Amino acid sequence: MKILVVDDERDIEVLFEQRFRREIKTGEIDFAFAYSGEQALQYLTQHVHEAVLILSDINMPGMSGLELLRHIKQKFSHPPPVVMMITAYGDAENYNQAMRLGADDFLTKPLDFTLLKEKLKDKVQ
Amino acid sequence: MRAWGLSQGPCYAALLTNMSTEFIIIILVVVYLRRALKAKLFIPEWHDRLQWLLYASIGLIVAQVVTDNFRILLHWVGMIMLGWLLYNLNKNEKFKEAKFLVTAIVPYLAVAFVIAVIRLIDIDLYNEWRGWADAIQTFAVIWGVGTWIVTRKQRKELIRAKQKAHEEEENNKVISAMKAQLEVEVAERTAELRKQKEELEITLHELKSAQTQLIQSEKMASLGELTAGIAHEIQNPLNFVNNFSEVNRELIAEMKHEINVGNMAEAKNIAKDIQDNEEKINYHGKRADAIVKSMLQHSRSSSGKKEATDINALADEYLRLAYHGLRAKDKSFNAKFQTDFDDRIAPINIVHQDIGRVLLNLINNAFYSVSEKQQRDIPGYEPTITVTTKKIGDGRVEIRVADNGNGVPKKVLDKIFQPFFTTKPTGLGTGLGLSLSYDIIKRGHGGELKVETKEGEGAEFIIILPIQ
Repeated sequence: MKILVVDDERDIEVLFEQRFRREIKTGEIDFAFAYSGEQALQYLTQHVHEAVLILSDINMPGMSGLELLRHIKQKFSHPPPVVMMITAYGDAENYNQAMRLGADDFLTKPLDFTLLKEKLKDKVQ
Repeated sequence: MRAWGLSQGPCYAALLTNMSTEFIIIILVVVYLRRALKAKLFIPEWHDRLQWLLYASIGLIVAQVVTDNFRILLHWVGMIMLGWLLYNLNKNEKFKEAKFLVTAIVPYLAVAFVIAVIRLIDIDLYNEWRGWADAIQTFAVIWGVGTWIVTRKQRKELIRAKQKAHEEEENNKVISAMKAQLEVEVAERTAELRKQKEELEITLHELKSAQTQLIQSEKMASLGELTAGIAHEIQNPLNFVNNFSEVNRELIAEMKHEINVGNMAEAKNIAKDIQDNEEKINYHGKRADAIVKSMLQHSRSSSGKKEATDINALADEYLRLAYHGLRAKDKSFNAKFQTDFDDRIAPINIVHQDIGRVLLNLINNAFYSVSEKQQRDIPGYEPTITVTTKKIGDGRVEIRVADNGNGVPKKVLDKIFQPFFTTKPTGLGTGLGLSLSYDIIKRGHGGELKVETKEGEGAEFIIILPIQ
Protein backbone atom coordinates (compact mmCIF):
# COMPACT_ATOMS: atom_id res chain seq x y z
CA MET A 1 0.00 0.00 0.00
CA LYS A 2 1.44 3.32 -1.07
CA ILE A 3 0.92 6.24 1.29
CA LEU A 4 1.79 9.82 0.37
CA VAL A 5 2.67 11.98 3.35
CA VAL A 6 2.47 15.74 2.82
CA ASP A 7 4.06 18.05 5.41
CA ASP A 8 6.40 21.03 5.27
CA GLU A 9 8.37 19.60 8.19
CA ARG A 10 11.12 17.48 6.64
CA ASP A 11 11.78 15.41 9.74
CA ILE A 12 8.34 13.87 9.30
CA GLU A 13 10.00 11.54 6.79
CA VAL A 14 12.50 10.12 9.29
CA LEU A 15 9.80 9.89 11.90
CA PHE A 16 7.42 7.90 9.69
CA GLU A 17 10.20 5.63 8.50
CA GLN A 18 11.07 4.84 12.09
CA ARG A 19 7.53 4.48 13.32
CA PHE A 20 6.56 2.20 10.45
CA ARG A 21 9.87 0.47 10.01
CA ARG A 22 8.34 -2.98 10.57
CA GLU A 23 5.57 -2.32 8.06
CA ILE A 24 8.13 -0.91 5.63
CA LYS A 25 10.38 -3.92 6.18
CA THR A 26 7.58 -6.36 5.50
CA GLY A 27 6.51 -4.32 2.49
CA GLU A 28 3.11 -3.83 4.00
CA ILE A 29 3.31 -0.06 3.61
CA ASP A 30 5.35 2.05 1.19
CA PHE A 31 5.79 5.74 1.91
CA ALA A 32 6.29 8.67 -0.40
CA PHE A 33 6.85 12.19 0.90
CA ALA A 34 6.00 15.64 -0.36
CA TYR A 35 6.90 18.89 1.40
CA SER A 36 4.19 21.10 -0.02
CA GLY A 37 0.78 20.92 -1.61
CA GLU A 38 2.27 21.72 -4.98
CA GLN A 39 4.81 18.91 -4.68
CA ALA A 40 2.06 16.50 -3.67
CA LEU A 41 -0.03 17.33 -6.74
CA GLN A 42 3.03 16.91 -8.92
CA TYR A 43 3.68 13.51 -7.40
CA LEU A 44 0.08 12.43 -7.85
CA THR A 45 0.12 13.51 -11.49
CA GLN A 46 3.35 11.65 -12.15
CA HIS A 47 2.36 8.53 -10.24
CA VAL A 48 -1.27 8.08 -11.15
CA HIS A 49 -3.17 5.55 -9.07
CA GLU A 50 -0.07 4.71 -7.09
CA ALA A 51 -0.95 6.28 -3.80
CA VAL A 52 -4.11 4.90 -2.30
CA LEU A 53 -3.90 6.98 0.83
CA ILE A 54 -2.82 10.53 1.39
CA LEU A 55 -1.89 11.95 4.77
CA SER A 56 -1.69 15.73 4.61
CA ASP A 57 -0.88 18.52 6.99
CA ILE A 58 -3.21 21.50 6.72
CA ASN A 59 -0.92 24.40 7.67
CA MET A 60 1.71 24.76 5.03
CA PRO A 61 3.09 27.78 3.28
CA GLY A 62 1.77 28.20 -0.23
CA MET A 63 -0.95 25.72 -1.05
CA SER A 64 -2.63 24.63 2.13
CA GLY A 65 -3.69 21.09 2.96
CA LEU A 66 -7.33 21.99 2.43
CA GLU A 67 -6.65 23.32 -1.06
CA LEU A 68 -4.71 20.18 -1.84
CA LEU A 69 -7.66 18.17 -0.62
CA ARG A 70 -9.99 20.05 -2.93
CA HIS A 71 -7.69 19.50 -5.89
CA ILE A 72 -7.34 15.81 -5.17
CA LYS A 73 -11.05 15.31 -4.85
CA GLN A 74 -11.64 17.14 -8.13
CA LYS A 75 -8.87 15.67 -10.26
CA PHE A 76 -8.26 12.20 -8.99
CA SER A 77 -11.66 10.66 -8.68
CA HIS A 78 -11.14 7.20 -10.29
CA PRO A 79 -10.84 5.66 -7.80
CA PRO A 80 -10.83 8.47 -5.24
CA PRO A 81 -7.84 8.10 -2.91
CA VAL A 82 -8.38 8.11 0.83
CA VAL A 83 -7.34 11.51 2.22
CA MET A 84 -6.67 11.98 5.91
CA MET A 85 -6.02 15.49 7.19
CA ILE A 86 -3.60 16.21 10.01
CA THR A 87 -3.43 19.55 11.78
CA ALA A 88 -2.02 21.22 14.86
CA TYR A 89 -5.19 23.29 15.06
CA GLY A 90 -7.87 20.81 15.96
CA ASP A 91 -10.61 23.40 15.85
CA ALA A 92 -14.15 22.93 14.57
CA GLU A 93 -13.72 25.26 11.62
CA ASN A 94 -10.78 23.37 10.19
CA TYR A 95 -12.53 20.08 10.84
CA ASN A 96 -15.80 21.13 9.20
CA GLN A 97 -14.06 22.56 6.18
CA ALA A 98 -11.99 19.41 5.74
CA MET A 99 -15.09 17.26 6.00
CA ARG A 100 -17.01 19.44 3.57
CA LEU A 101 -14.18 19.12 1.07
CA GLY A 102 -14.45 15.34 1.36
CA ALA A 103 -11.69 14.39 3.79
CA ASP A 104 -11.95 10.79 4.88
CA ASP A 105 -10.52 11.40 8.31
CA PHE A 106 -9.22 14.14 10.54
CA LEU A 107 -6.28 13.74 12.92
CA THR A 108 -4.66 16.24 15.24
CA LYS A 109 -1.03 16.71 16.09
CA PRO A 110 0.73 15.31 18.03
CA LEU A 111 -0.02 12.17 16.05
CA ASP A 112 -1.03 9.09 17.95
CA PHE A 113 0.78 6.52 15.84
CA THR A 114 -0.98 3.55 17.43
CA LEU A 115 -4.30 5.07 16.44
CA LEU A 116 -2.96 5.96 13.00
CA LYS A 117 -1.77 2.41 12.41
CA GLU A 118 -5.17 1.04 13.32
CA LYS A 119 -6.90 3.47 11.01
CA LEU A 120 -4.54 2.65 8.18
CA LYS A 121 -5.19 -1.04 8.63
CA ASP A 122 -8.93 -0.36 8.59
CA LYS A 123 -8.64 1.64 5.38
CA VAL A 124 -6.57 -1.02 3.71
CA GLN A 125 -9.08 -3.66 4.51
CA MET B 1 16.85 173.17 55.58
CA ARG B 2 17.33 174.84 52.20
CA ALA B 3 16.18 171.68 50.67
CA TRP B 4 12.64 172.40 51.62
CA GLY B 5 12.74 175.49 49.39
CA LEU B 6 14.36 173.79 46.43
CA SER B 7 12.11 170.92 45.77
CA GLN B 8 9.41 169.46 47.88
CA GLY B 9 9.68 165.79 46.74
CA PRO B 10 13.41 165.13 46.72
CA CYS B 11 13.78 167.17 49.94
CA TYR B 12 11.27 164.97 51.68
CA ALA B 13 13.00 161.91 50.37
CA ALA B 14 16.35 163.32 51.36
CA LEU B 15 15.07 164.07 54.80
CA LEU B 16 13.84 160.53 55.15
CA THR B 17 17.06 159.24 53.75
CA ASN B 18 19.24 161.38 55.95
CA MET B 19 17.25 160.74 59.01
CA SER B 20 16.30 157.12 59.09
CA THR B 21 16.64 155.13 55.89
CA GLU B 22 19.49 152.94 57.23
CA PHE B 23 17.54 152.14 60.41
CA ILE B 24 14.32 151.48 58.51
CA ILE B 25 16.20 149.19 56.20
CA ILE B 26 17.74 147.41 59.21
CA ILE B 27 14.27 146.98 60.76
CA LEU B 28 12.84 145.66 57.49
CA VAL B 29 15.75 143.26 57.04
CA VAL B 30 15.55 142.00 60.62
CA VAL B 31 11.79 141.55 60.42
CA TYR B 32 12.22 139.75 57.11
CA LEU B 33 14.95 137.51 58.48
CA ARG B 34 12.85 136.61 61.50
CA ARG B 35 9.71 135.98 59.50
CA ALA B 36 10.82 134.54 56.24
CA LEU B 37 13.87 132.68 57.40
CA LYS B 38 12.56 131.81 60.84
CA ALA B 39 15.93 132.87 62.18
CA LYS B 40 14.98 131.78 65.66
CA LEU B 41 14.71 128.19 64.57
CA PHE B 42 17.55 127.88 62.12
CA ILE B 43 20.09 130.40 63.37
CA PRO B 44 19.55 130.58 67.16
CA GLU B 45 22.86 132.38 67.87
CA TRP B 46 21.64 135.22 65.62
CA HIS B 47 18.23 135.52 67.21
CA ASP B 48 19.39 137.68 70.08
CA ARG B 49 21.70 139.79 67.92
CA LEU B 50 18.86 140.56 65.51
CA GLN B 51 16.63 141.38 68.46
CA TRP B 52 19.16 143.88 69.76
CA LEU B 53 19.66 145.33 66.32
CA LEU B 54 15.90 145.83 66.02
CA TYR B 55 15.58 147.57 69.37
CA ALA B 56 18.67 149.71 68.70
CA SER B 57 17.34 150.79 65.29
CA ILE B 58 13.93 151.70 66.73
CA GLY B 59 15.65 153.61 69.54
CA LEU B 60 17.94 155.49 67.17
CA ILE B 61 15.02 156.40 64.86
CA VAL B 62 13.26 157.81 67.85
CA ALA B 63 16.47 159.66 68.76
CA GLN B 64 16.73 161.11 65.26
CA VAL B 65 13.18 162.33 65.38
CA VAL B 66 13.51 163.80 68.85
CA THR B 67 16.82 165.57 68.40
CA ASP B 68 18.61 167.07 65.47
CA ASN B 69 21.94 167.35 67.27
CA PHE B 70 23.55 163.99 66.42
CA ARG B 71 22.12 163.79 62.95
CA ILE B 72 25.36 163.10 61.09
CA LEU B 73 26.70 160.85 63.81
CA LEU B 74 23.51 158.80 63.85
CA HIS B 75 23.64 158.63 60.08
CA TRP B 76 27.14 157.16 60.28
CA VAL B 77 26.07 154.79 63.05
CA GLY B 78 23.14 153.67 60.86
CA MET B 79 25.44 153.08 57.90
CA ILE B 80 27.95 151.15 60.00
CA MET B 81 25.20 149.00 61.53
CA LEU B 82 23.70 148.31 58.10
CA GLY B 83 27.15 147.59 56.66
CA TRP B 84 27.87 145.19 59.51
CA LEU B 85 24.52 143.45 58.99
CA LEU B 86 25.06 143.13 55.23
CA TYR B 87 28.61 141.91 55.81
CA ASN B 88 27.29 139.14 58.04
CA LEU B 89 24.46 138.29 55.65
CA ASN B 90 27.04 137.91 52.93
CA LYS B 91 29.52 135.99 55.06
CA ASN B 92 27.27 133.58 56.96
CA GLU B 93 26.21 130.57 54.93
CA LYS B 94 23.03 130.28 57.00
CA PHE B 95 21.72 133.52 55.51
CA LYS B 96 22.12 132.15 52.02
CA GLU B 97 18.49 132.67 51.21
CA ALA B 98 18.66 136.32 52.27
CA LYS B 99 21.69 137.14 50.19
CA PHE B 100 19.61 138.96 47.63
CA LEU B 101 19.20 141.64 50.31
CA VAL B 102 22.88 142.34 50.03
CA THR B 103 22.52 142.84 46.28
CA ALA B 104 19.50 145.08 46.85
CA ILE B 105 20.94 147.23 49.61
CA VAL B 106 24.68 147.47 48.90
CA PRO B 107 24.26 150.04 46.05
CA TYR B 108 22.22 152.25 48.31
CA LEU B 109 24.69 151.93 51.17
CA ALA B 110 27.63 152.66 48.88
CA VAL B 111 25.96 155.73 47.47
CA ALA B 112 24.95 156.91 50.96
CA PHE B 113 28.50 156.28 52.18
CA VAL B 114 30.12 158.22 49.33
CA ILE B 115 27.69 161.11 49.74
CA ALA B 116 28.26 161.16 53.49
CA VAL B 117 32.03 161.17 52.97
CA ILE B 118 31.84 164.05 50.47
CA ARG B 119 29.60 165.92 52.83
CA LEU B 120 32.08 165.45 55.63
CA ILE B 121 35.07 166.55 53.58
CA ASP B 122 33.63 169.29 51.39
CA ILE B 123 30.22 170.55 52.30
CA ASP B 124 30.23 173.00 49.38
CA LEU B 125 30.83 170.31 46.85
CA TYR B 126 28.08 168.34 48.50
CA ASN B 127 25.71 171.25 48.32
CA GLU B 128 26.66 171.89 44.70
CA TRP B 129 25.92 168.25 43.64
CA ARG B 130 23.18 167.63 46.16
CA GLY B 131 20.42 167.33 43.50
CA TRP B 132 22.46 164.66 41.70
CA ALA B 133 23.23 162.94 44.97
CA ASP B 134 19.57 162.77 45.87
CA ALA B 135 18.71 161.48 42.45
CA ILE B 136 21.38 158.77 42.68
CA GLN B 137 20.25 157.92 46.17
CA THR B 138 16.62 157.72 44.98
CA PHE B 139 17.78 155.54 42.12
CA ALA B 140 19.58 153.29 44.58
CA VAL B 141 16.39 153.01 46.61
CA ILE B 142 14.44 152.13 43.45
CA TRP B 143 17.14 149.59 42.63
CA GLY B 144 16.75 148.09 46.08
CA VAL B 145 12.98 147.95 45.85
CA GLY B 146 13.20 146.56 42.32
CA THR B 147 15.63 143.86 43.38
CA TRP B 148 13.34 143.04 46.28
CA ILE B 149 10.32 142.69 43.95
CA VAL B 150 12.20 140.67 41.38
CA THR B 151 13.52 138.40 44.08
CA ARG B 152 10.08 138.03 45.57
CA LYS B 153 8.80 137.03 42.16
CA GLN B 154 11.65 134.57 41.79
CA ARG B 155 10.92 133.22 45.23
CA LYS B 156 7.29 132.79 44.36
CA GLU B 157 8.32 130.90 41.26
CA LEU B 158 10.67 128.88 43.35
CA ILE B 159 7.82 128.09 45.72
CA ARG B 160 5.67 127.19 42.76
CA ALA B 161 8.45 124.98 41.44
CA LYS B 162 8.76 123.42 44.86
CA GLN B 163 5.06 122.88 44.92
CA LYS B 164 5.29 121.33 41.51
CA ALA B 165 8.12 119.14 42.72
CA HIS B 166 5.99 118.25 45.68
CA GLU B 167 3.10 117.40 43.40
CA GLU B 168 5.43 115.34 41.30
CA GLU B 169 6.59 113.62 44.43
CA GLU B 170 2.96 112.91 45.26
CA ASN B 171 2.49 111.61 41.75
CA ASN B 172 5.55 109.49 42.14
CA LYS B 173 4.14 108.16 45.35
CA VAL B 174 0.92 107.28 43.58
CA ILE B 175 2.91 105.74 40.76
CA SER B 176 5.06 103.73 43.11
CA ALA B 177 1.92 102.62 44.95
CA MET B 178 0.49 101.54 41.63
CA LYS B 179 3.77 99.89 40.79
CA ALA B 180 3.68 97.98 44.05
CA GLN B 181 0.11 96.95 43.31
CA LEU B 182 1.19 95.91 39.83
CA GLU B 183 4.04 93.94 41.25
CA VAL B 184 1.65 92.11 43.53
CA GLU B 185 -0.56 91.36 40.54
CA VAL B 186 2.42 90.23 38.49
CA ALA B 187 3.51 88.00 41.35
CA GLU B 188 0.02 86.54 41.52
CA ARG B 189 -0.02 86.01 37.77
CA THR B 190 3.45 84.48 37.91
CA ALA B 191 2.34 82.13 40.65
CA GLU B 192 -0.67 81.23 38.54
CA LEU B 193 1.51 80.61 35.51
CA ARG B 194 3.93 78.59 37.57
CA LYS B 195 1.04 76.51 38.82
CA GLN B 196 -0.14 76.03 35.26
CA LYS B 197 3.37 75.11 34.21
CA GLU B 198 3.58 72.56 36.99
CA GLU B 199 0.21 71.17 35.98
CA LEU B 200 1.39 70.98 32.39
CA GLU B 201 4.54 69.25 33.51
CA ILE B 202 2.47 66.71 35.36
CA THR B 203 0.29 66.27 32.29
CA LEU B 204 3.37 65.89 30.13
CA HIS B 205 4.71 63.32 32.53
CA GLU B 206 1.40 61.48 32.43
CA LEU B 207 1.39 61.65 28.65
CA LYS B 208 4.90 60.29 28.55
CA SER B 209 4.00 57.40 30.77
CA ALA B 210 0.86 56.86 28.70
CA GLN B 211 3.06 56.80 25.63
CA THR B 212 5.37 54.29 27.27
CA GLN B 213 2.33 52.21 28.14
CA LEU B 214 1.04 52.52 24.59
CA ILE B 215 4.37 51.40 23.21
CA GLN B 216 4.30 48.52 25.67
CA SER B 217 0.75 47.65 24.65
CA GLU B 218 1.77 47.84 21.01
CA LYS B 219 4.47 45.33 21.88
CA MET B 220 1.98 43.18 23.73
CA ALA B 221 -0.49 43.47 20.84
CA SER B 222 2.12 42.29 18.40
CA LEU B 223 3.01 39.59 20.90
CA GLY B 224 -0.66 38.60 20.93
CA GLU B 225 -0.54 38.34 17.16
CA LEU B 226 2.53 36.24 17.58
CA THR B 227 1.21 33.94 20.26
CA ALA B 228 -0.74 31.64 17.96
CA GLY B 229 2.16 31.52 15.57
CA ILE B 230 4.51 30.81 18.40
CA ALA B 231 2.23 28.08 19.73
CA HIS B 232 2.28 26.42 16.35
CA GLU B 233 5.99 26.87 15.99
CA ILE B 234 6.60 25.33 19.40
CA GLN B 235 4.05 22.55 18.94
CA ASN B 236 5.86 21.13 15.91
CA PRO B 237 9.28 20.68 17.49
CA LEU B 238 7.68 19.39 20.69
CA ASN B 239 5.79 16.78 18.68
CA PHE B 240 9.06 15.68 17.15
CA VAL B 241 10.71 15.51 20.55
CA ASN B 242 7.88 13.34 21.88
CA ASN B 243 7.63 11.16 18.80
CA PHE B 244 11.33 10.48 18.42
CA SER B 245 11.59 9.81 22.12
CA GLU B 246 8.80 7.21 21.88
CA VAL B 247 10.42 5.70 18.83
CA ASN B 248 13.68 5.43 20.69
CA ARG B 249 12.00 3.65 23.58
CA GLU B 250 10.67 1.06 21.16
CA LEU B 251 14.03 0.84 19.41
CA ILE B 252 15.88 0.29 22.66
CA ALA B 253 13.51 -2.56 23.53
CA GLU B 254 14.09 -4.03 20.08
CA MET B 255 17.84 -3.62 20.37
CA LYS B 256 17.82 -5.49 23.70
CA HIS B 257 15.89 -8.25 22.00
CA GLU B 258 18.36 -8.45 19.12
CA ILE B 259 21.28 -8.54 21.56
CA ASN B 260 19.61 -11.34 23.49
CA VAL B 261 19.16 -13.44 20.37
CA GLY B 262 22.74 -12.62 19.41
CA ASN B 263 21.93 -10.61 16.29
CA MET B 264 24.61 -8.04 16.89
CA ALA B 265 24.59 -6.62 13.36
CA GLU B 266 20.92 -5.71 13.65
CA ALA B 267 21.48 -4.39 17.16
CA LYS B 268 24.18 -2.09 15.78
CA ASN B 269 21.80 -0.85 13.09
CA ILE B 270 19.20 -0.08 15.69
CA ALA B 271 21.79 1.69 17.85
CA LYS B 272 22.65 3.88 14.86
CA ASP B 273 18.97 4.77 14.45
CA ILE B 274 18.67 5.55 18.15
CA GLN B 275 21.64 7.88 17.87
CA ASP B 276 20.14 9.64 14.83
CA ASN B 277 16.84 10.03 16.62
CA GLU B 278 18.60 11.36 19.65
CA GLU B 279 20.11 14.05 17.46
CA LYS B 280 16.65 14.88 16.12
CA ILE B 281 15.30 15.16 19.66
CA ASN B 282 18.13 17.48 20.56
CA TYR B 283 17.65 19.56 17.42
CA HIS B 284 13.92 20.04 17.93
CA GLY B 285 14.34 20.70 21.64
CA LYS B 286 16.74 23.50 20.81
CA ARG B 287 14.37 24.77 18.17
CA ALA B 288 11.55 25.08 20.71
CA ASP B 289 13.98 26.69 23.12
CA ALA B 290 15.02 29.31 20.56
CA ILE B 291 11.39 30.16 19.83
CA VAL B 292 10.56 30.64 23.50
CA LYS B 293 13.67 32.77 23.92
CA SER B 294 12.78 34.98 20.97
CA MET B 295 9.26 35.36 22.31
CA LEU B 296 10.61 36.47 25.66
CA GLN B 297 12.99 38.78 23.92
CA HIS B 298 10.16 40.30 21.97
CA SER B 299 8.04 41.01 25.02
CA ARG B 300 10.87 42.34 27.12
CA SER B 301 11.61 46.02 26.86
CA SER B 302 14.55 46.55 24.63
CA SER B 303 17.90 46.32 26.35
CA GLY B 304 19.20 48.53 23.58
CA LYS B 305 22.27 46.35 23.38
CA LYS B 306 23.47 45.64 19.90
CA GLU B 307 24.61 42.11 19.21
CA ALA B 308 25.95 40.39 16.16
CA THR B 309 22.85 38.89 14.53
CA ASP B 310 22.25 36.76 11.46
CA ILE B 311 19.77 38.98 9.66
CA ASN B 312 18.64 36.15 7.34
CA ALA B 313 17.77 33.86 10.23
CA LEU B 314 15.97 36.72 11.97
CA ALA B 315 13.92 37.56 8.90
CA ASP B 316 13.05 33.87 8.38
CA GLU B 317 12.02 33.42 12.00
CA TYR B 318 9.72 36.43 12.05
CA LEU B 319 8.26 35.62 8.64
CA ARG B 320 7.19 32.21 9.92
CA LEU B 321 5.90 33.61 13.20
CA ALA B 322 3.88 36.29 11.46
CA TYR B 323 2.48 33.80 8.99
CA HIS B 324 1.38 31.34 11.63
CA GLY B 325 0.02 34.15 13.77
CA LEU B 326 -2.19 35.29 10.94
CA ARG B 327 -3.19 31.74 10.07
CA ALA B 328 -4.22 31.18 13.65
CA LYS B 329 -6.50 34.20 13.50
CA ASP B 330 -7.93 33.54 10.08
CA LYS B 331 -7.96 29.82 9.23
CA SER B 332 -9.07 30.36 5.67
CA PHE B 333 -6.18 32.67 4.91
CA ASN B 334 -3.28 31.39 2.98
CA ALA B 335 -0.45 33.14 1.24
CA LYS B 336 2.64 32.22 -0.60
CA PHE B 337 5.76 33.44 1.01
CA GLN B 338 9.06 33.61 -0.70
CA THR B 339 12.46 34.38 0.63
CA ASP B 340 15.55 35.42 -1.19
CA PHE B 341 18.40 35.70 1.25
CA ASP B 342 21.87 36.92 0.38
CA ASP B 343 24.34 34.45 1.93
CA ARG B 344 27.17 36.96 1.73
CA ILE B 345 25.74 38.96 4.61
CA ALA B 346 27.84 38.43 7.72
CA PRO B 347 26.21 38.87 11.13
CA ILE B 348 25.56 42.58 11.74
CA ASN B 349 25.35 44.50 15.00
CA ILE B 350 21.71 45.25 15.76
CA VAL B 351 19.30 45.22 18.68
CA HIS B 352 17.82 41.81 17.95
CA GLN B 353 14.34 42.28 19.38
CA ASP B 354 13.96 45.79 17.94
CA ILE B 355 14.74 44.78 14.38
CA GLY B 356 12.61 41.68 14.97
CA ARG B 357 9.74 43.96 15.93
CA VAL B 358 10.20 46.02 12.76
CA LEU B 359 10.25 42.90 10.61
CA LEU B 360 7.21 41.48 12.36
CA ASN B 361 5.37 44.74 11.88
CA LEU B 362 6.24 45.02 8.19
CA ILE B 363 5.45 41.36 7.52
CA ASN B 364 2.18 41.58 9.44
CA ASN B 365 1.21 44.65 7.44
CA ALA B 366 2.07 42.82 4.24
CA PHE B 367 -0.05 39.83 5.23
CA TYR B 368 -2.87 42.13 6.24
CA SER B 369 -2.70 43.90 2.90
CA VAL B 370 -2.79 40.71 0.81
CA SER B 371 -5.59 39.21 2.93
CA GLU B 372 -7.62 42.38 2.36
CA LYS B 373 -7.09 42.07 -1.37
CA GLN B 374 -7.87 38.37 -1.29
CA GLN B 375 -11.29 39.09 0.13
CA ARG B 376 -12.15 40.96 -3.07
CA ASP B 377 -12.09 37.58 -4.92
CA ILE B 378 -9.98 38.70 -7.85
CA PRO B 379 -9.62 35.77 -10.27
CA GLY B 380 -6.10 34.43 -10.43
CA TYR B 381 -4.94 36.48 -7.48
CA GLU B 382 -2.26 34.73 -5.52
CA PRO B 383 -1.34 36.52 -2.30
CA THR B 384 2.43 36.63 -2.09
CA ILE B 385 4.88 38.01 0.42
CA THR B 386 8.52 38.24 -0.48
CA VAL B 387 11.32 38.92 1.96
CA THR B 388 14.64 39.71 0.39
CA THR B 389 17.97 40.51 1.96
CA LYS B 390 20.86 41.92 0.02
CA LYS B 391 24.29 43.24 0.74
CA ILE B 392 24.49 46.55 -1.08
CA GLY B 393 27.47 48.81 -1.62
CA ASP B 394 29.18 51.08 0.93
CA GLY B 395 28.82 48.69 3.85
CA ARG B 396 25.07 48.48 4.06
CA VAL B 397 22.46 45.76 4.13
CA GLU B 398 19.03 46.03 2.58
CA ILE B 399 15.96 44.10 3.72
CA ARG B 400 12.90 44.30 1.53
CA VAL B 401 9.43 43.19 2.58
CA ALA B 402 7.24 43.16 -0.50
CA ASP B 403 3.61 42.20 -0.95
CA ASN B 404 1.22 42.17 -3.90
CA GLY B 405 -1.64 43.57 -1.84
CA ASN B 406 -3.55 46.81 -2.19
CA GLY B 407 -0.56 49.12 -1.86
CA VAL B 408 -0.52 52.42 0.00
CA PRO B 409 -2.87 55.13 -1.31
CA LYS B 410 -1.01 58.23 -2.46
CA LYS B 411 -2.92 60.59 -0.16
CA VAL B 412 -1.79 58.78 3.00
CA LEU B 413 1.73 57.97 1.83
CA ASP B 414 3.33 60.83 3.76
CA LYS B 415 1.39 59.97 6.90
CA ILE B 416 2.08 56.29 7.33
CA PHE B 417 5.13 56.83 9.53
CA GLN B 418 3.28 59.24 11.84
CA PRO B 419 2.29 57.98 15.28
CA PHE B 420 -1.34 56.89 15.65
CA PHE B 421 -1.98 56.92 11.93
CA THR B 422 -3.70 53.75 10.82
CA THR B 423 -5.83 52.67 7.90
CA LYS B 424 -7.03 49.63 9.77
CA PRO B 425 -10.54 49.64 11.29
CA THR B 426 -10.79 50.84 14.91
CA GLY B 427 -9.43 48.26 17.30
CA LEU B 428 -7.31 46.49 14.73
CA GLY B 429 -4.31 48.77 14.68
CA THR B 430 -2.67 51.01 17.24
CA GLY B 431 -1.19 53.22 14.56
CA LEU B 432 2.15 52.90 16.29
CA GLY B 433 3.66 50.03 14.35
CA LEU B 434 5.25 51.93 11.49
CA SER B 435 6.11 54.95 13.59
CA LEU B 436 7.93 52.77 16.11
CA SER B 437 9.58 50.88 13.27
CA TYR B 438 10.74 54.13 11.75
CA ASP B 439 12.19 55.22 15.11
CA ILE B 440 13.98 51.93 15.61
CA ILE B 441 15.57 51.97 12.16
CA LYS B 442 16.35 55.67 11.94
CA ARG B 443 17.28 56.60 15.48
CA GLY B 444 18.19 53.26 16.97
CA HIS B 445 20.32 52.00 14.12
CA GLY B 446 21.14 54.99 11.93
CA GLY B 447 19.44 53.31 8.99
CA GLU B 448 16.62 54.14 6.62
CA LEU B 449 13.06 52.94 6.24
CA LYS B 450 11.45 53.67 2.90
CA VAL B 451 8.41 52.57 1.01
CA GLU B 452 7.82 51.99 -2.68
CA THR B 453 4.26 51.40 -3.66
CA LYS B 454 1.81 51.34 -6.52
CA GLU B 455 -1.79 51.65 -5.52
CA GLY B 456 -3.65 48.42 -6.13
CA GLU B 457 -0.52 46.49 -7.03
CA GLY B 458 1.38 46.21 -3.79
CA ALA B 459 3.89 47.80 -1.50
CA GLU B 460 7.53 47.25 -0.76
CA PHE B 461 9.10 48.42 2.48
CA ILE B 462 12.85 48.78 2.39
CA ILE B 463 15.03 48.73 5.47
CA ILE B 464 18.60 49.84 4.96
CA LEU B 465 20.99 49.13 7.83
CA PRO B 466 24.62 50.08 8.12
CA ILE B 467 26.81 47.05 8.84
CA GLN B 468 28.91 49.00 11.32
